[in-house]
Amino acid sequence: MSLELKGITKKFGSLIANDSINLKVAKGEIHAILGENGAGKSTLMNVVYGLTQADSGSIWVDGSEVKISEPSDALNFGIGMVHQHFMLVPVFTVAENIVLGHEVSKRGILSLAEARMKIEQIAAEFKFEVNPDELIENLPVGVQQRVEIIRALMYDAKVLILDEPTAVLTPQETNELLNIMRTLKSKGTSIIFITHKLREVKEVADQITIIRLGKVVGSAKPNASEEELANLMVGRPVDLTPNVAKSKMGEITLKISNLSVSNQTGRTIVNNISLEVKAGEILAIAGVQGNGQSELVRAIMNLEENITGSIQLLGEELVGKSVHQTIHSGVAYIPESRELDGLVGTFSIAENLVLDTHGLAPFSRAGQLSASKISDTATKLKTEFDIRAQSIYDTANSLSGGNKQKVVLARELSRQVRLVVACQPTRGLDVGSIEFVHERLLVERNSGRAVLLMSTELDEVAALADRIAVIYRGEILGIVDANVSREKLGLMMAGIR
Amino acid sequence: MNLIQKIKKNVLIPFFAFIFAFFIGGLVIVFSDPEVMSNLKSPSKFLTTALSKIGNSYLAVFQGSIFDINLARGESFFKGFYPLSETIVTATPLILTGLAVTLAFRSGLFNIGAQGQFIFGAIGASYVGFHFDLPPVIHPIVAIITGVFLAGIYGGIVGLLKAKTGAHEVIVTIMLNYIAGFFILWVLKTSVFLRPGRIDPLAPEVNPNSRLSQFLGEDLRIHVGIFIALAAALFVWWLLKKSTLGFKFRAVGANANAARSAGISIAFVTTSTMVLCGGLAGLGGAVHVLGTEYALTNNIGGSLGFDAITVALLGGAAPLGTVIAALLFAALRTGGTTLQSNTGTPAEIIQVIQALIVLFIAAPALIKGIFRLKQSSTDKTLTAKGWNG
Repeated sequence: MSLELKGITKKFGSLIANDSINLKVAKGEIHAILGENGAGKSTLMNVVYGLTQADSGSIWVDGSEVKISEPSDALNFGIGMVHQHFMLVPVFTVAENIVLGHEVSKRGILSLAEARMKIEQIAAEFKFEVNPDELIENLPVGVQQRVEIIRALMYDAKVLILDEPTAVLTPQETNELLNIMRTLKSKGTSIIFITHKLREVKEVADQITIIRLGKVVGSAKPNASEEELANLMVGRPVDLTPNVAKSKMGEITLKISNLSVSNQTGRTIVNNISLEVKAGEILAIAGVQGNGQSELVRAIMNLEENITGSIQLLGEELVGKSVHQTIHSGVAYIPESRELDGLVGTFSIAENLVLDTHGLAPFSRAGQLSASKISDTATKLKTEFDIRAQSIYDTANSLSGGNKQKVVLARELSRQVRLVVACQPTRGLDVGSIEFVHERLLVERNSGRAVLLMSTELDEVAALADRIAVIYRGEILGIVDANVSREKLGLMMAGIR
Repeated sequence: MNLIQKIKKNVLIPFFAFIFAFFIGGLVIVFSDPEVMSNLKSPSKFLTTALSKIGNSYLAVFQGSIFDINLARGESFFKGFYPLSETIVTATPLILTGLAVTLAFRSGLFNIGAQGQFIFGAIGASYVGFHFDLPPVIHPIVAIITGVFLAGIYGGIVGLLKAKTGAHEVIVTIMLNYIAGFFILWVLKTSVFLRPGRIDPLAPEVNPNSRLSQFLGEDLRIHVGIFIALAAALFVWWLLKKSTLGFKFRAVGANANAARSAGISIAFVTTSTMVLCGGLAGLGGAVHVLGTEYALTNNIGGSLGFDAITVALLGGAAPLGTVIAALLFAALRTGGTTLQSNTGTPAEIIQVIQALIVLFIAAPALIKGIFRLKQSSTDKTLTAKGWNG
């Protein structure tokens, strides 16, 4: 089935999210739509899937014009969509989730037999490994995504829209997804692949359309270079491989010895880890998500409850201190989730910038906040960190992901800092923002601070790290030099030395 | 955000909820009145009697709560404001308990316990009021401080339990309300509190020196408590908007994880919030005893602690909103008595209207739909957490 969009325009107030976009997806083609966050990719797909209506323009399926006013129309025309945030009920089984909204009942009792059969049939056809009776909450993210794909295929989707499907996946899961996409393509399914990750596009796409600021700015074949694609996407030359000149390492800044962390149920999550990070180096903690790296980092910040062992910052013991004391002994903390742990969404940018220092002079005097001092500092940091917002009084919620992260960086790096702890600092960010964050971390390193980078992105680890510590099941499997091969690193992350 | 946007965001929904509740209330008045309904066969007569019934009823509410022309025609025009004075007297403790709920909301806590905290404030103030003999001005101050102190501790227990053990504040405050309710019964039967010559639960009247001055003369019951309540509202506004402590409160209320990651101690915020909330509700109790009731009874709290929750919600968990909402509620309550005596419409209709206002505030989509208000993306900070919070 082929899909064609002609002159799609969608406005939100004065903002033109889509400006007469034309797009043609052939049968059995993987068509990548590449663009930064906020370029209008998701809006376009919401139009196609019937979640919102275009102001003008038309949608053509197999050469005839169709009207899609809600998702059920899209499904009827064979258009399926897998959203970035899965629409699954965690306490339901795979089969229950798949029949949700299309339940078949026999004498008032839910019948899953048919669905189960069909799921197994699809799983076999496309080589998915999915057990229809497993609860969603027990499945890894990658498998949950497969359930979403199966759901689309169950209703005979001939065009499958994947909205940022790899944002939540580990490298292994990403590779598996790319394979699934190839299989789907070979069976004649067309795929619209929305992403901002260049490597994946080059690997799997047949045709690439690049969208910037609501307009199609170009199309490319997958043999275009990453630089070419990035330039089109961002609209200016981009440096994808930050210059990692060897830095001068200094004294040991962070010394972790025999650190163990257990969770509330008493299970050991971090098991007897010892590490050192020197001033002027970036030590990356690489590993598949869920291997204890989050807890390790949270332990350094004293955000975990049950910690044994020792964490020393320039000889000063951190274990047992409060979070406040830890922060102000010279640790910058960029948490894994900006929205959950980094920012207060309903607070203004200015308030978020002093979230850690609001209680100290000059921001607080005699128990009262100094609005002028806070706004001075916020204005200064807004310029320094290039936070794109109309005003420092805009809420953090109103910012794009990249600008949110800039607020976090601005706050954390503007303190007196000896150690930077950065967790997944570029997750979900666009190319321009990733570049900014990477440069900033290198600046920190080059100015003699120690950087502990926790990341599940191999690209990021490879681009930034001086040394790489691979974490597996709560233990450090080994510490390797930055020039180790991707294959070796991938194997280590899977627990093979 | 400019002023007009602010007004649109914070005032429009309550305003229309108010209008709509009165509209429905009018329908209820008509349909529950057999006299009006007996005219149903003649539409024109039905319409005129119905409208006059509604008009008279709401006029009576106005007369009973704001200004009564009949009283003004008598010895002095000034006396016409007697109902307004009554409204303010009723509103004074409600403002303070309302603030106790509002402040908690902003720290992400749901304080159901204003009732119990109010009772402890009343007990403390009453004891100092009748037991000691202090000079004027000093006496009420000492009495109020005692009440606020006791209630602050009582509120603080909740915060401490939550901070140290994770006990949910809703459960704890509900239980502490029971304890306070029975504690006051017991206290009133002890020899310390029992009024000489009486056996019913009634404490002695507080010393005249300790009473809050009725600054408009003996005829009007309005007393300086209203200024204390307004000052408290101003304090809460300053606390939330300007103070360092309030910044911590709001940060924890809006996103506890981010606040914690930035070094703000959740335990400290929870405990100090609840101490302050207890103090505010206790101030309400103290002011009520020293300004209005004079003698402590086991029913001193009435439903003030629970109405406080409604008032705080109606006021959008903002100090000024809470003050306005408390005045509104008090006006409806004082107006309700006149409604019954003047027009025969049952005073319970006021409770119907109150309930409708709350319902419409709680379901803003309904009001937005009916009045075609533009859906705005509201950045709401008012969110008490659920059971897992």
